[in-house]
Amino acid sequence: MRVEVCDVRFGYGASGPEVLHGVSLTAEPGTLHGVIGPNGSGKSTLLRVIGGVANPASGCVLLGGQDIGSLSPRKAAQLVAAVGASEAVIFPFSVEETVLMGRSPHLRFLASETFLDVAKAHEAMERTGVAPLAGRRITALSSGERQRVLIARALAQEPRVLLLDEPTAHLDVNFQVEIMELVQALAHESGITTIAVLHDLNLAGRYCDRITMLGSGQVAACGSPGEVLTEEHLLDVYGVRAIVGRRPELDRPAVFVISGSPRHGKPDEHRGGGVSSGVDDIE
Amino acid sequence: MPRSRAHRTRIILLVVAMLAVVAWAASAGTAGIPTSLALRIVISRIPLVGRALARSLALLTARLPGSLSDSWDPSMLESAEIIVLEVRLPRIVLGLLVGAGLAATGASFQGLFRNPLADPYIIGASSGAALGASIGILSAGRAGLAALSLSSPSSYIPIFAFIGAVITVIFVYALSTVDGHMPTDTFLLAGVVVGSFVWAVVSFLMVTAGEDLPKVVMWLMGSLSAKSWAHVRMTAPYVLVGTAALTALGRDFNLAACGEESARYMGLDVERFKKVVIALGSLITAAAVSSSGLIGFVGLVVPHIARMMIGPDHRSLIPVSALGGAVFMVAADTLARVIIPPREVPVGVITAMAGAPFFFYLLRLRKKG
Repeated sequence: MRVEVCDVRFGYGASGPEVLHGVSLTAEPGTLHGVIGPNGSGKSTLLRVIGGVANPASGCVLLGGQDIGSLSPRKAAQLVAAVGASEAVIFPFSVEETVLMGRSPHLRFLASETFLDVAKAHEAMERTGVAPLAGRRITALSSGERQRVLIARALAQEPRVLLLDEPTAHLDVNFQVEIMELVQALAHESGITTIAVLHDLNLAGRYCDRITMLGSGQVAACGSPGEVLTEEHLLDVYGVRAIVGRRPELDRPAVFVISGSPRHGKPDEHRGGGVSSGVDDIE
Repeated sequence: MPRSRAHRTRIILLVVAMLAVVAWAASAGTAGIPTSLALRIVISRIPLVGRALARSLALLTARLPGSLSDSWDPSMLESAEIIVLEVRLPRIVLGLLVGAGLAATGASFQGLFRNPLADPYIIGASSGAALGASIGILSAGRAGLAALSLSSPSSYIPIFAFIGAVITVIFVYALSTVDGHMPTDTFLLAGVVVGSFVWAVVSFLMVTAGEDLPKVVMWLMGSLSAKSWAHVRMTAPYVLVGTAALTALGRDFNLAACGEESARYMGLDVERFKKVVIALGSLITAAAVSSSGLIGFVGLVVPHIARMMIGPDHRSLIPVSALGGAVFMVAADTLARVIIPPREVPVGVITAMAGAPFFFYLLRLRKKG
């Protein structure tokens, strides 16, 4: 299902400052579309607007030509699923119970899950490799395991569009690669339109089919990874001087951050997207 | 739904515990009515099958040595019947309702606010009810509403308390809603702030209360003493309908417990859900508090125990909490009646004295586990 974002403007609250100043993008079915940009550029907000959780002040989001604003939350959830930047889990639901919750938008009021729903939940768990964890408490899982459980829950919704907000945040390199390979495979094999906000430029460059780069609430660049991840764009939008090379194993850009540009100052904040993909995130 | 056999066994045990507690509560007391007779009187009032059951129970117990019921003369039987049916039974039924309502609301609020410390009183219903009740007690004493207060001393205070609770929650809700959105954190804060303001007003009223002060204090401590079927009739619809409705929303509670945004992405209309739950929870709480005063810890502790028994799935957690709350409440109230006869301890004192250490024990247990 094609996702079209048409000239969306958005601000938090009636009087709050505008966060998105007319953003447009198109994500095609079966592709992994990355959204990158410095902190505060509006990436996560854009994702919330696409998911129908935040209503734009003007402009619209079309899912297969249908305005998401016109859909009820239940109908919208039958089309779009999301894995948010980790919300704290405080109740000890089991992994199976958690994934089954993804069936909710397809269930009527008061209806219980049928065997079909359980089967679909198990299929989703197989797909993300968390089936062996079915009986475990979600509160007792590692970050990497929990992220895969949440992706399984999103898949159980049988969405046409999947939104991911920094799916690799707080994960070590091995789990980052694992999650990105899973997400890429889901997009390419299941035909789900996948839009992922990513902060790691090298992961974005390696796995995304197309990338939209946001800078202070506007689209700064859009296109293939090679077209977007350029030295000029990184200097303009992130304010860092970088060398963009080629990955040795495939024709994809690789970003090496050299230093913060003097005219922007404070380079340290942005170095996470640099050479040491992932290493910065170990806490 | 309870999936495993262990869960089903625990629910059956809870039902058995409830029947046992009701039997204890019906027969315990200073009137010296034997257990078998008290049970016979209660059972005979069960619709349809009651008469037959009572008769067979009488036949069974008549053979047992020491059975007094047959040697009683009719007038004593009649007074026993009045004590059981008009004094003890309404109190038991009210205890079941109040306990069930508070515990179900507590479980719901803990899920909605994603906060294990939430209880039915957190959003200001308790302080509002206290203010309403104080105003009711004091104005009756002061303005010389003698006719009103003499005819039915406890019939109008619940109405004052109910109105006070509902107005306070509406005020908290209005205070924390901006642009049609109500962030739960703001709502909790507003509840606490408004609550402490209202409590200050209650304290002020107590200072000026004069000879009515003991009445206000007794009301605040919470008690099921001297309750009639009128109290039951006033409380029952809110608790029964409210708890059933909260149970029906069980799946939505599970989604909400994952976080508001996640819930929204799974198709839940979060703002509407919050409104519905707060409305149901406050009506249940207002009905419970207005008929029995402030009884603490039931709404906080029982949901935690229920969660340990059958897990966090709200579709079974809410009804099991209600069942557990009913058992806990009637047991505590019966203890309050028999612990230092012939005096009665306010049941709120018992629930806090039993609830607080038990809660602490559970916390320790969980840390070790």
